[in-house]
Amino acid sequence: MTVIDTPAAPTPSKKPAKRIGARVRAQRKEAIALVIPALLPIIVFSAIPLISGVALGFTDATLARNAETNFVGLDNFVALGGDTRFWGSFGIGLVWAGSVAGLTLISAMGLALLLNSDLKLKSLTRILALIPWAMPPVVIAIVWRMIYNPNSGPLNGTLEFFGIPGVNWLGDFSTALPAVIVVGVWSGIPQTTVLLLAGMQSIAPEQHEAAAVDGAGAVRRFWHVTLPALRPVIIAVTALDFIWQFNSFGLIYVLTEGGPGGQTMIPPLFTYLEAFRNREIGYASAMGNVLVLAILVILSVYLVNQFRQNRKVRA
Amino acid sequence: MIARRPRYATVLMYAVLAAYLVFLGFPLLWLLSASFKSSRELNSLSVNLIPIEWDFSNYANALDRQNLVTAFGNSMLVAIVTMIVAVLLSMPMAYALARLKGRLRAAGTVWILISQVFPTILIIIPLFLVLRSLQLNDTLFGLILVYVTFTMPFTLWMLQGYVAAIPPELEEAAEMDGAGRFTILRTVILPLLAPGLVATAMFTFVSAWNEFFLALVLLQSPELYTLPIALRSFLGAEGQTQLGPLAAGAILATIPSLVIFGILQKKLTGGMLAGAVKG
Repeated sequence: MTVIDTPAAPTPSKKPAKRIGARVRAQRKEAIALVIPALLPIIVFSAIPLISGVALGFTDATLARNAETNFVGLDNFVALGGDTRFWGSFGIGLVWAGSVAGLTLISAMGLALLLNSDLKLKSLTRILALIPWAMPPVVIAIVWRMIYNPNSGPLNGTLEFFGIPGVNWLGDFSTALPAVIVVGVWSGIPQTTVLLLAGMQSIAPEQHEAAAVDGAGAVRRFWHVTLPALRPVIIAVTALDFIWQFNSFGLIYVLTEGGPGGQTMIPPLFTYLEAFRNREIGYASAMGNVLVLAILVILSVYLVNQFRQNRKVRA
Repeated sequence: MIARRPRYATVLMYAVLAAYLVFLGFPLLWLLSASFKSSRELNSLSVNLIPIEWDFSNYANALDRQNLVTAFGNSMLVAIVTMIVAVLLSMPMAYALARLKGRLRAAGTVWILISQVFPTILIIIPLFLVLRSLQLNDTLFGLILVYVTFTMPFTLWMLQGYVAAIPPELEEAAEMDGAGRFTILRTVILPLLAPGLVATAMFTFVSAWNEFFLALVLLQSPELYTLPIALRSFLGAEGQTQLGPLAAGAILATIPSLVIFGILQKKLTGGMLAGAVKG
């Protein structure tokens, strides 16, 4: 029961019990009226699709018209277990999301430290640092395609200036995944920096001063004061970054469409093609289920591990 | 108290800061410069940021493409309606989340977290079927409904943070005077919430304006394409792409989001987090 905590108004009444009952009922009605407008679209366009998405994974549904849909039990999952292309894509997804989350954390930490220091040009940097956040993912992908372009991009232009042969960054098997990871990091830096900066600014300056009095240099202060204090923020940020990147779609779809030869075929892209190009939505939903499960397992292992270490640090 | 930093360290820090600035700022600068370059220059291996010969026709060319202008209009319509509807629908629930205790609050928070974990790809398939059965697939109205739903975890979370920052005593005073819940909401909460509402609305606009995946799946007719989808179809096969007009179109697509982020800059690096994190 949801109760609005209001001070108990001393109401002089002959039948107090009945009045309170009416009041609670009125409050319940209020609460329902407040929640319904937002809840309705959530149920129709989020909760129901979510449940039917999970259910679809156990059927042989296709997008073809007039096709019959049958319950097939675990058939999709058994087939998926032996689908090497899916697991290859899954591995690429792990490398992609893990690298982007890790490298974003390191780059954002560096930037946040600089922004938290006494340097000039900080406000300019703060504004510039928001650019990747504001740009639509499609535009980000278009710009980086231009930068990576083997025949007219500034990257190869610079290499040529130094007499180094150019590289087909997004088209070469060995460079395509690292190249898209750089773009992922670039677009992820702003949010992570803002969150880390907020965490840094909540550390009391006295802590740093006390450490300085004890003779700790900048590096040791970072290691023994800043880092432990930021630990909860770091855990939350990397977990969120990992999830977002593992589920991301637009950036890589426009950059490489999963190519060359599937080198950047992250799972959401693979699933999308299965659902809307091969029209096998039952099988694609089963993939979606596996992805959700994988994220939950990875996330809980990570979080449990981190919190256990946290307790050890505190102890 | 803290010992002065040696000079070389300060120089090093500025060098690293400059490297960050180049890394973060260069792509937008390159896009801007490409939008003013001639196609001859665009197709050569050049590294100059300032065009050798300025070509302003790219913007005219981009706007000449009927589908890009239509897409701009579609995106504007979708983003503005999404923004208004999402904020209007979220406000009462955000108030409830911030003020009511107990199960509702817990359930709301859990749902907001869950919505972050589930990949859109799992929801998009049945969502496509739901919209098809409502005959709303391939319509801007359907897309708006989906956007409203998908931006709601965020708007709810932000707004409830702003509501929580308003002291409950103000409402209690109004309640003593005999005001009902909706009168309180309108006369006490709404005016105090205005700055938070504006910030939330702007964020909602940007996320609808920038969105790509849902629009890609739900829209099939080219005349309904939003700007990101139109730009992507512009890209076409490598070599045939007209880079100049594409860059110009991409710049035009970035301006609204960039302006809003500029306005929200202060909130982004400070207040918003304090407001949103504090539950």
